[in-house]
Amino acid sequence: MATLIDLAESPVRELNQALHEAPSASWRVLNPRGAHAVACGIRDNLTVDVEGHVGYYCAGMNQHATVTVHGNAGTGVAENMMSGTVRVRGNASQSAGATGHGGLLVIDGDASARCGISMKGVDIVVGGNVGHMSAFMGQAGRLVVCGDAGEALGDSLYEARIYVRGTVKSLGADCVEKEMRAEHLAELAELLKAAERDEDPAGFRRYGSARQLYHFKVDNTAAY
Amino acid sequence: MCGIVGLHLREPSLEPRLGELLAAMLGQVVERGPDSAGVAVYGDPWLSPPGQAVVSLLGTSKAEVATALPGTVAIDADATTVVHAGVDQLAAALPEATVIGSGEGFAVLKGAGNPVALAESFGLADVTGWQGIGHTRMATESAVTPEGAHPFSVGAGQCLVHNGSFANHATIRRELRAQGVEFDSENDSEVGARFIAHHLAQGADLEKALKLLCERFDGFYTLLVSTGDSFAVVRDAIACKPALVAETDAWVAMASEYRALDVLPGIENARIFEPEPEEVYVWRR
Repeated sequence: MATLIDLAESPVRELNQALHEAPSASWRVLNPRGAHAVACGIRDNLTVDVEGHVGYYCAGMNQHATVTVHGNAGTGVAENMMSGTVRVRGNASQSAGATGHGGLLVIDGDASARCGISMKGVDIVVGGNVGHMSAFMGQAGRLVVCGDAGEALGDSLYEARIYVRGTVKSLGADCVEKEMRAEHLAELAELLKAAERDEDPAGFRRYGSARQLYHFKVDNTAAY
Repeated sequence: MCGIVGLHLREPSLEPRLGELLAAMLGQVVERGPDSAGVAVYGDPWLSPPGQAVVSLLGTSKAEVATALPGTVAIDADATTVVHAGVDQLAAALPEATVIGSGEGFAVLKGAGNPVALAESFGLADVTGWQGIGHTRMATESAVTPEGAHPFSVGAGQCLVHNGSFANHATIRRELRAQGVEFDSENDSEVGARFIAHHLAQGADLEKALKLLCERFDGFYTLLVSTGDSFAVVRDAIACKPALVAETDAWVAMASEYRALDVLPGIENARIFEPEPEEVYVWRR
């Protein structure tokens, strides 16, 4: 039986404190009504269901927990998550999964601009579209987009890998399309399965860094 | 930061609740702009009776208006005085006062201080009408004064609220001044409002004026622009500043954050979306 917390009655700070102390494994949060920082900083293997739309930074810094938002999420959902699973049943605003180090972020709907900005190992699966500059400066991890990607996808990318099923409006600096080999199809199949999606991996294209931007060019040695 | 809220009613039965809903929305974006606030309200029969020229002023009072123009209706709302008279007549009678809005069918109310206290002081909850926009300000480009608060209303019935900052406002202000446009302040948002009013006066429609603004202005902006019949939203090329639109058969609303939309009746069935960068959205009455 889930422990119930109604944000119409308790402040977010009380909710987060309770989640950090974690006497219960299962939680249900009612009436988030766009509140910021809901279910942030959890360190344990809890299940948290948030019934409604949340504001900024929901499930930020998550470790081990499974947080599901049954609604839309504002800016920076699951920012800097370390592990566990964060799922948004609706749409997510900008900078979803920003700087995430690990775990899985699933957005069933669309994610807007800068999804996975500076991702550092997190896996992100978006059921719909992503906005412009997604995976900007992505260092590690995988971004899977089942819909379309906006402008400047993967701009200034390091080693994050990107899979897109639909169209890509434009690629950012140093981001290129790459061959989809067997190991990529296998990892994509795994990610889609983890996100409970049934798209065929064969329908995706892979994008990654051309590695021209972040390596020091020996031609520039003379400048020093 | 700064917070923006706006409500354009389609369902006339909600008009008695315009001010109450706008005040509730404004109360949700106080943390985004605790310095000062302002609203523009369209269609309140007390502030702006139908067919009556209305001027909103700073730097005067009901008592001063009574002395300068005996028999003229004037309403004090915090730092603002709303006067039922023509703008030329008032400019002559009260040359020291600053006009912050003029035209028929709308009034602009501004003040410095906490937005919730200001909404109370404006008597916003009792205001009725068909459209309202509001702003809570965290000042960056100019001082915290009622004059620096938004909305900026520089053409008949037109209002603009802005979250962000324009980088090239000084250049554009110089260009507009060279074309004879006069300015009240050094505020960057006023330049945006003057630019739009200038192009509307030259015959552009609101969509065109906002597209021209996107071409000419550099910087960060989410803008909500209202006129005597329209409600429009536009964001800069990289959508730096937040914006959400919600729409039902009864209303269209825009806010910086979802929590400000959550106070609206029927929000659970609204279509909610983020405006795309540099796309102009206009709703007409």
